[in-house]
Order: sequence, then C-alpha cells, then structure tokens
Amino acid sequence: MWKEIVILVKKEALLEWRQKYAINGILLYVISAVFTAYLSMGAGSGSLQVPVWNALYWIIILFSSVNAVAKSFVQEHQARQLYYYMIASPEAIILSKTIYNTLLTLILALLGYVVFGVVFGNPVADKPLFMLNLLLGAMGFSASLTMVSAIASKAGNNGTLMAILSFPVLIPILLMAIQVSKNAIDGLDREINLEKILTLLAINALVTASAYILFPYLWRS
Amino acid sequence: MKAYWWKVLAIALLAYTIIAGLLIDVPRLPILNETIRALFFHVTMWFGMILMLVVAVYYGIKHLKTGDLAHDDMAVEFTNAAILFGVVGITTGMVWAKFTWGDYWTNDPKLNASAIGLLMYFAYLVLRNSLTDVYQRAKISAVYSIFAFAAFIPLIFILPRLTDSLHPGNGGNPGFNAYDMDSNLRKVFYPAIIGWTLLGAWISTIRVRIRRLERKMEDKLINQ
Repeated sequence: MWKEIVILVKKEALLEWRQKYAINGILLYVISAVFTAYLSMGAGSGSLQVPVWNALYWIIILFSSVNAVAKSFVQEHQARQLYYYMIASPEAIILSKTIYNTLLTLILALLGYVVFGVVFGNPVADKPLFMLNLLLGAMGFSASLTMVSAIASKAGNNGTLMAILSFPVLIPILLMAIQVSKNAIDGLDREINLEKILTLLAINALVTASAYILFPYLWRS
Repeated sequence: MKAYWWKVLAIALLAYTIIAGLLIDVPRLPILNETIRALFFHVTMWFGMILMLVVAVYYGIKHLKTGDLAHDDMAVEFTNAAILFGVVGITTGMVWAKFTWGDYWTNDPKLNASAIGLLMYFAYLVLRNSLTDVYQRAKISAVYSIFAFAAFIPLIFILPRLTDSLHPGNGGNPGFNAYDMDSNLRKVFYPAIIGWTLLGAWISTIRVRIRRLERKMEDKLINQ
C-alpha cells in the first residue's frame, strides 16, 4: 500500500513536471492575485492592519488552492483513469492525490507568503507556528478539495460546482487556520493555540478519513 | 391504525406545542421575557433539522451499500425537509434576533454555522441537478452528502465553543441552563422536538411516495 502511494505521488509530480504550464499557471495566479489585492488596497507596505493582512492572505490561498486542486481528476484521459482503476486500489489513489495536493498547496501558500511579505510587509512574529499552521491548513484544504474535485469531475467538472461544493466544506478548516494564524502573527503565547491546533488536526483527520472511506464508491461508478 | 399512529401522534404533539407553547407560564428572564417561547418554535427547528440530516445520511450509506434507488429517494427527501426546517429556523431566528439583539444578523457562531450548513445542502441540490444519470446522481450525491455532514458536525459542535455566542445560555447570557431550564419549559420543549421531527418525516415520506409514483408513470410511458 505505502509503496503504491509513493509510486503514485511520484507519478503525479512527474506528470506535473512534464506539463509545466499547469503549475506555472497556478504559481502565476497566486502572484497576480496578491498583486491585484495590493493595488486594490492601495496600501503601502506596513500600513495594512493585521486582521486584514491575515484574512486577505487566507482568502487568496483559498482561491488559488481551489483552482490548483480542481484539475486533479481531469488532467488525465478517461482511458488512463481506467488503467489506474485496474492496477491501483482506490484508497492508494485518493491518498496519493491528497499527499501530492498537500505539497502543491503548501508550495502555493509559501509562495503567497513570500510575495505577501514583499509587497505588504511581513508582520508575523511567531514564524515556526505560522509555518506549522500553514502545513496543517494545506493538509486540510487538500484533503477536502481532492475529494470534492473527484465529485465535481463526475459531474462534468465546471468551476462553479467545484467552488460551491468546496467552500462550505472548507470553512471550518479556514476559520481555525485563520485564528491560529492571527495568534501567530501577534506572537501570542503558544499555549493558547494548542486547543485550536488540536481542533484543526481533528478536522483534518475527520475529513481525510471520510474521503478515504467514501472515495472507493465514487471511483467505482 | 398501525401504519399511521405516528402521524396522529405528530398532530397531537404539535397541537399541544402550539396551545401550551403559547399559553403556559414561562419564567421571566431579562432580555428574553416572553420571547422565550421561541424555544418551542425556533430552537426545535434545529433539532429537527439535525435529526433529519442524520436520517438522510443513514439512507445515503444504505444506498452506497446496496445501490437501491429507494434509499436514495429517502435520502434526498429527508435532506429537502431538513433544508426546509433550516430555512424556517433561520427566518424565525432572524425575527427573534431583531427584537432581542436589535439586528437581523449578528456575527454569532451559531448563526454562521447554520448559514454555512444551508449553503452546503443547497450545493448538494445543485450537484444533484447537474447529474443526469439517475444511478450516478444517487451515488455521487450520497457521497457528497456524507462528506458534507462529516464536515458540518465539527462546525456546529466545535466552533461555537471556541468563540462566545450571543445565544441564551452561552457566554454568560441569561439562559435556560443558568436558571436551570424551568420544568414547565421542558414539558413543552421535548414534545415539541418530537412533534416537529415527526412532521418533517411525514412531509418526507409523502414526497417519497410522489417520487415513486412519478417513476412508475415514467416507466409505463417508456415501456408502452
């Protein structure tokens, strides 16, 4: 099972590397989104308030990860999907896609963080906690988005469907991540965040487990 | 009599809820005053909604296991009834909030969680309509409804505990627990939950029967 997952994750990365336009497109998406936000806010560096910085950052990450993950199940041909269907177990497929998308979302979030830091200034006080929160947020986002993109791909995969199906599911994760991130920016005592981080972990585990259980039914149809 | 005793029970309980709910003596709590009666008509909506969603998820799981369309009918109609209860719950809540908190909408975790829940289930209906094949529609929407429910539960149970709510009984507001929910209130509250939930189940089963008849007629037309 683990071997299968490792091979599948490698395959995803290789595929992405071969058609670079997709990953370059989404990276550029983040940069242009941040820049658009920067120009719209009309804020010089440092003058943006922390809650606004935080909310803006997470909204941009939310939209770019929805766009990045939406293609998980459509970039490959029907025939090739059938081939995977025969050689790999559905559990390995959903887990490998989730792991791969976690990496992708994390790269997006880090890139967004760097660009945000450059244009808006970087107010984060507790950087390790902020990074940990990014990792947890990326895991939660990719677990739910991968499952939702599998559902949306069955329904013709239009962008609207992907967005309306995923936003409500993502909100609990987004809210927890935003709160932890706010505390990390303010550099508050880490004890305060423990409960929230545990909640975030629990939500991630719940979402991943339900995706793991439900995906085989979707894959078979 | 065997088959419809619960419908009689629903009517009896609801009649009791409406009559007793409007007439009994209620404790005078600051801010709440007479609006405490919303407990029987607003709070019960949420209990009914959650119970019906649980039933819908149960039938969704059953459908995934058997592939029987009859279970899908039950799942979708219970979800529909739950959405109806959710909308009624939100509107009654908004009217109540206007008079007690002074605004139709406040940034209260319970309000937001319920609004998000409704968004989730509206998305479920859109998803259903975007699929044309009945078997695929049944299966995929069952998967989404279980998945969404798994995400909805932490939302309504965990998030309100992290930020204070304005609701009675939360964050030091006068409420039912603080004064130990009056036994008079309980006498109406619990029957009201059962009554409204039975009404929801009744609506759902009628709609399921309509669905089955429609399917039969369609089959007849096709096989003519």
